[in-house]
Amino acid sequence: MTYAGLDIGSRTIVLVEFDEGLKDYAILDTGPNPIQRCQQLLDGKTYRGLVATGYGRHLAATAFAHEAISEIKAYAVGARYLYPDCRTVIDVGGQDCKAALLSEDGNVRKFEMNDRCAAGTGRFLEVMARALELSIGELGDHALSATRMTPVNSLCTVFAESEVVSLIARGEDSRTIALGLHDAIATRIAGMVRRVGPRERVVFAGGGALNACLGRLLSQKIGLELTVPEQPQIVGALGAALVARAR
Amino acid sequence: MADYRSMWAELGLDLEKHDILLGALPGMYEGIFLTQDNRPEGMAYFDFVIGEIHGLRVKELMDHKASGGKVVGLFCVFVPEDLILAAGAIPVGLCAGTQFSVPDAEEVLPRNTCALIKSSFGFKVGRTCPYVQASDFVIGETTCDGKKKMYELLGQYHPTYVMEVPQKKTPLGRELFLEELRGLKAKLEEETGVTITAERLAEATALVEAKRAALRRLHNARRARPVPISGLDALLVTQVAFYDDVVRFTEKVSALCDELEGRVARGEGVAPAAAPRILVSGSPMAVPNWKLHRILEDSGAVVVGEESCTGTRYFTPAVAKNDGTLAGQLAAIADRQLETHCACFTPNDERIDDVLTLAEGWDVDGVVHYSLQFCHTFANEAVKVEKALAIRGVPLLRIETDYSDEDMGQIRNRVDAFLEMVRR
Repeated sequence: MTYAGLDIGSRTIVLVEFDEGLKDYAILDTGPNPIQRCQQLLDGKTYRGLVATGYGRHLAATAFAHEAISEIKAYAVGARYLYPDCRTVIDVGGQDCKAALLSEDGNVRKFEMNDRCAAGTGRFLEVMARALELSIGELGDHALSATRMTPVNSLCTVFAESEVVSLIARGEDSRTIALGLHDAIATRIAGMVRRVGPRERVVFAGGGALNACLGRLLSQKIGLELTVPEQPQIVGALGAALVARAR
Repeated sequence: MADYRSMWAELGLDLEKHDILLGALPGMYEGIFLTQDNRPEGMAYFDFVIGEIHGLRVKELMDHKASGGKVVGLFCVFVPEDLILAAGAIPVGLCAGTQFSVPDAEEVLPRNTCALIKSSFGFKVGRTCPYVQASDFVIGETTCDGKKKMYELLGQYHPTYVMEVPQKKTPLGRELFLEELRGLKAKLEEETGVTITAERLAEATALVEAKRAALRRLHNARRARPVPISGLDALLVTQVAFYDDVVRFTEKVSALCDELEGRVARGEGVAPAAAPRILVSGSPMAVPNWKLHRILEDSGAVVVGEESCTGTRYFTPAVAKNDGTLAGQLAAIADRQLETHCACFTPNDERIDDVLTLAEGWDVDGVVHYSLQFCHTFANEAVKVEKALAIRGVPLLRIETDYSDEDMGQIRNRVDAFLEMVRR
């Protein structure tokens, strides 16, 4: 009796299989043809229920999924399963970031999302890592090793990249620049989180939660502890799988 | 559609560009409107009007001009249509609702100007709107800084007359607006050579009031659950109100209302009774701006009202009984216009009350606050609207966008999450 959740994001596709508990998961790059990639991922597998979320959810629902749910709901359900006392979910994904306030019984009460701009998203961090010639996995620790911060003023991904280039040219230490970049987007995300009126427990999920520096700054700025799940990237797909089971 | 090319050429349209614009509309309209389930038969007239969007109605305006009449363009509900009609002129709302004309505008206007202002200006400089071309002059107003300054620039391309709308609803503000109406009356008389008498004005006001009453009737039919007409169709009717012939339009809307009231009596609707009922509140939506309604209704919601200038703000206030003298009528018109609870006023708490009344009376599950990007007045008022609704337990979703399609995915995302939240 296996159920599956599929989170088709802008950067990664996550599949979670669920029976009595979390059974298995897979994380793949989205690539240029997400539906084809999903079909490869699902090839030869049958599930009692399959629910899709993420940007590709509607396409997936037309092609093979039983239902599509928003990422807000998926993350809320996933985070509540992992932490039943969770009241706030922050998700920093590839091309957006969101914050949701949950009621005591886990329903979404209020949410905020970034608009069309990439500031405050994983994409921002990716572009900046490249400008600093680091991998996305190295960026957070690099910033944490800084002893001071070089402020970065631009939040726009394009402008911030040019700002970083000129800071490097000026001879600034790349660690202090990295810290400045994290501080800039943490400020932006924290503003969004404050708008929903966050309450503990706050779960920080999505690919962005793999970045320890971002989590630390965010926690400082909103003045609340953040809980990062062991596999923060799979929370949305897990929520979708749980919705599939509850159908 | 008949061949209007010679008319368009005579109006000085950029024919090549205009062809591209008109070429895009039928496919878009079909995809959005004609694919809806269970549409009222009475919408056939409005489909026809859109099919003839730059054709038959423009021809009527040209015929009116040929027989010595004037055509007056306008953009805003503060400009009283009855005063224009009383001068024997035809008021016509101008094109302002598409991304198509924005690049033309951006060659002149600052980019960080709202889409409505850019679109309207772009239609003139790009010569792609037959209505502005056909108009003898346009009447602007001072309802926001962006428009106010745009009209100065528009005046370099087309005769433009600007009337002042006060910023506060005070006796002094009313005095100012009344004086502006007297000034507009003089301007219209000068342009048309027609003297606006008490009789002429009373007759014109009766026509405009009948149109408003018909729109209020349509608005009231949308209180029913299930709702007898989609938000898209109802929005379209209000949009058409700005440029169609006032008498014919009133007849067609009344006929549509007969049909809708029949549906309500039989418990028939365009969506399941359980579909989330949404009130849209905020910036106006000029033709063919159907973006938000389309996303909402595609996602399974029904829009049951627009607290907007292409909604309740256009048709809710009515002229009060007056002594019938010219001065008395003008004062009554001033009062009616100033009952428009637009975010250009400060304070504007009456708008918050309107939203609350609609949320309750139209059995609304959630409110979507729509602001055009760079529309500072509405974007700021969203804060108060959200707070007032929260006290009543009505959730609100803020959408800030423009006319481009690039953020459709993001908006759909939020709308889906919002509908999951409000679904009963």
